[in-house]
Amino acid sequence: MNTTLLELIVRNHPGTMSHVTGLFARRGFNLDAILCVPQADTSTSRMLLLVANEPRLEQVQRQLERLHDVLHVRQRSDLPHDVFERMAPVWSTLSIAAE
Amino acid sequence: MKLNGAQILKTLLERQGIRILSGIPGGPILPFYDVLQGSSIQHILARHEQGGGFIAQGMARVTGKAAVCLATSGPGVTNLLTAIADARLDSIPLVAITAQVPQALIGTDAFQEVDTYGLTLPITKHNFLVRSVRELLEVIPLAFTLAESGRPGPVAVDIPKDVFLATEEDVSWPAPGGRTPTARAEDEPIDHLARLIRGARRPVLYLGGGIVHSGASMLARRLSESQDMPAVATLMALGTLSPEHPLFMGMLGMHGTRATNTLLEEADLLLAVGARFDDRATGKVAEFCPRATIAHVDIDPAEIGKIKRPFHSIVADAGDVLGRLLERLAPTPRPEWSTRARELRSRHPVYAPPRTEDPLHPVNLCRLLGEILPDDAIVTTDVGQHQMWVAQSYPVRRPRTLLTSGGLGTMGFGLPAAIGAALAAPGRRVACVSGDGSILMNIQELATLAEHDLPVAVLIMNNAQLGLVRQQQELFYGRNFSASHFHAVPDFAALARSFGLPGVRIEPGKDALARLREALAHSGPIVIDIPIHDGANVLPMVPPGAPNRVMIDEREPALTPA
Ligand SMILES: Cc1ncc(C[n+]2csc(CCOP(=O)(O)OP(=O)(O)O)c2C)c(N)n1
Repeated sequence: MNTTLLELIVRNHPGTMSHVTGLFARRGFNLDAILCVPQADTSTSRMLLLVANEPRLEQVQRQLERLHDVLHVRQRSDLPHDVFERMAPVWSTLSIAAE
Repeated sequence: MKLNGAQILKTLLERQGIRILSGIPGGPILPFYDVLQGSSIQHILARHEQGGGFIAQGMARVTGKAAVCLATSGPGVTNLLTAIADARLDSIPLVAITAQVPQALIGTDAFQEVDTYGLTLPITKHNFLVRSVRELLEVIPLAFTLAESGRPGPVAVDIPKDVFLATEEDVSWPAPGGRTPTARAEDEPIDHLARLIRGARRPVLYLGGGIVHSGASMLARRLSESQDMPAVATLMALGTLSPEHPLFMGMLGMHGTRATNTLLEEADLLLAVGARFDDRATGKVAEFCPRATIAHVDIDPAEIGKIKRPFHSIVADAGDVLGRLLERLAPTPRPEWSTRARELRSRHPVYAPPRTEDPLHPVNLCRLLGEILPDDAIVTTDVGQHQMWVAQSYPVRRPRTLLTSGGLGTMGFGLPAAIGAALAAPGRRVACVSGDGSILMNIQELATLAEHDLPVAVLIMNNAQLGLVRQQQELFYGRNFSASHFHAVPDFAALARSFGLPGVRIEPGKDALARLREALAHSGPIVIDIPIHDGANVLPMVPPGAPNRVMIDEREPALTPA
């Protein structure tokens, strides 16, 4: 599937994730993967979203920008589009270690 | 000095300038009600939280300022949700303050615990769960700022009981929240828009609720006049231009007139301002304004291109753009086009039988109401045929004088919104036009009305039906009238009396109009039950999903009330 990566800077509090994921569910947009890491200052987090590259993408981006807890949105076409696939082996290793 | 969360909230609301709020108390919110008693804020005790929410909405819709409603945890919150969702879809600034079980109990399925944050998330502009008394100082002003700034909307603030009770020493008060100015539009896109208008031969101004929120009605009228540019309005923008204005074409879309929808077919430029291309307005979107270049001005960037990709767009406040367009554009007569508009309008009026034949025909009733009520009267409606009859035929002459649930279309809106309007606009006459179905959805607020003795006349267009449902079944479901007729209808006049309000029923007959005038001459609250014919339809009508040019508008024969 043709996908795009969106990078978000968000306020770091418990509700933010529901606001972001809720928006995708509610508006019927596809959201394939999420990575969320607190920034050094801990008051904000950086999120990476793997989303379908459909014509409504621009609309998705605008809706995200409208959320109070989302401070910044940009497309990261510069990143390898398979970042999440690359992460999978690392995760597998962690899972095995936990067993 | 030491203050607890409840006292801090009370002071923050007073500092916001809140004079009236509505709600219903219950366990976790009692600490707040305890301090409210000694406050300058008047509390309106609603009889159902949805009523309380719509009372606040009525205040907000009349003033344009955020209004506050309160609910206790659990059922109080779930009852309030409809009024919040309604505010969201019509962009109404509302601050809903709800109480939550103590934080130590959150997540334990405690008594009257419900996930208010989760429930309000998709229906608010923003929502908060306040975790400490200190957070209150930040969240409350911010809630008002968010509710009123940019595109207005509802904000929910959920406060656990322990936060109301926790104390704080030496509070330093934050500045009250409020509308923050929107960034001024750049010059270049306004120049470009001015060029588009100059180049257009058949421009139409498509006005939405954003015009009202921006307070830009006068500018919209001046632009229309200066460019000889006919204007159409959505349900939310009625009152921007008065219905007598030669360039005003009334409401567009599903229940617009053939004149309005035909004009839009012919337009070569559509300038949408503060409108969102809602399906009730556009009909089948792909065929909306087929010949027009579309320009879209909206304060909410997410509205641009959501439904229809415009050729040109500006994200800004409507008033800012309209004012600067006027500076750039020399008055330009377009006599052929404005004549065409006038001709269409006189050729396709909304049909009504002559008043002498059928004085209680709904269209005649709406017109009569327009003659009796002063221009600054506030009319609220419920949802159904009566709402569309009011939209088509009641002369809304000023902005913020028609309050109606447009986006969510909530039956039960009318009565509590009328109470809120009367509270916010003392001295003005308020009329709630309702149906016999809708009025029952918040009928308990008659008690609130009686308690405060407000100048609200409730007119019930009584067809013993869910009329709009019956109409759809007649037109689109082969007259299979499933669940649209009532087999028991209350005696509304007697019902009113049982609440301590005067109530009358206008029996059809020679003196019907005289009796109606007499009832409306009464300055206090009153319930007026008006039987109307049970076969009357709101026409014309575009079938759902069809393009606006496809209109059902067979003339009704003159009907006599059953
Ligand atoms: C809360 C709610 N439930 C259901 C509907 C669907 N609905 C739309 S109009 C209507 C009938 C309204 O009947 P009434 O208030 O008597 O008005 P009339 O159409 O007869 O004028 C219904 C059931 C709605 N809009 N709101």
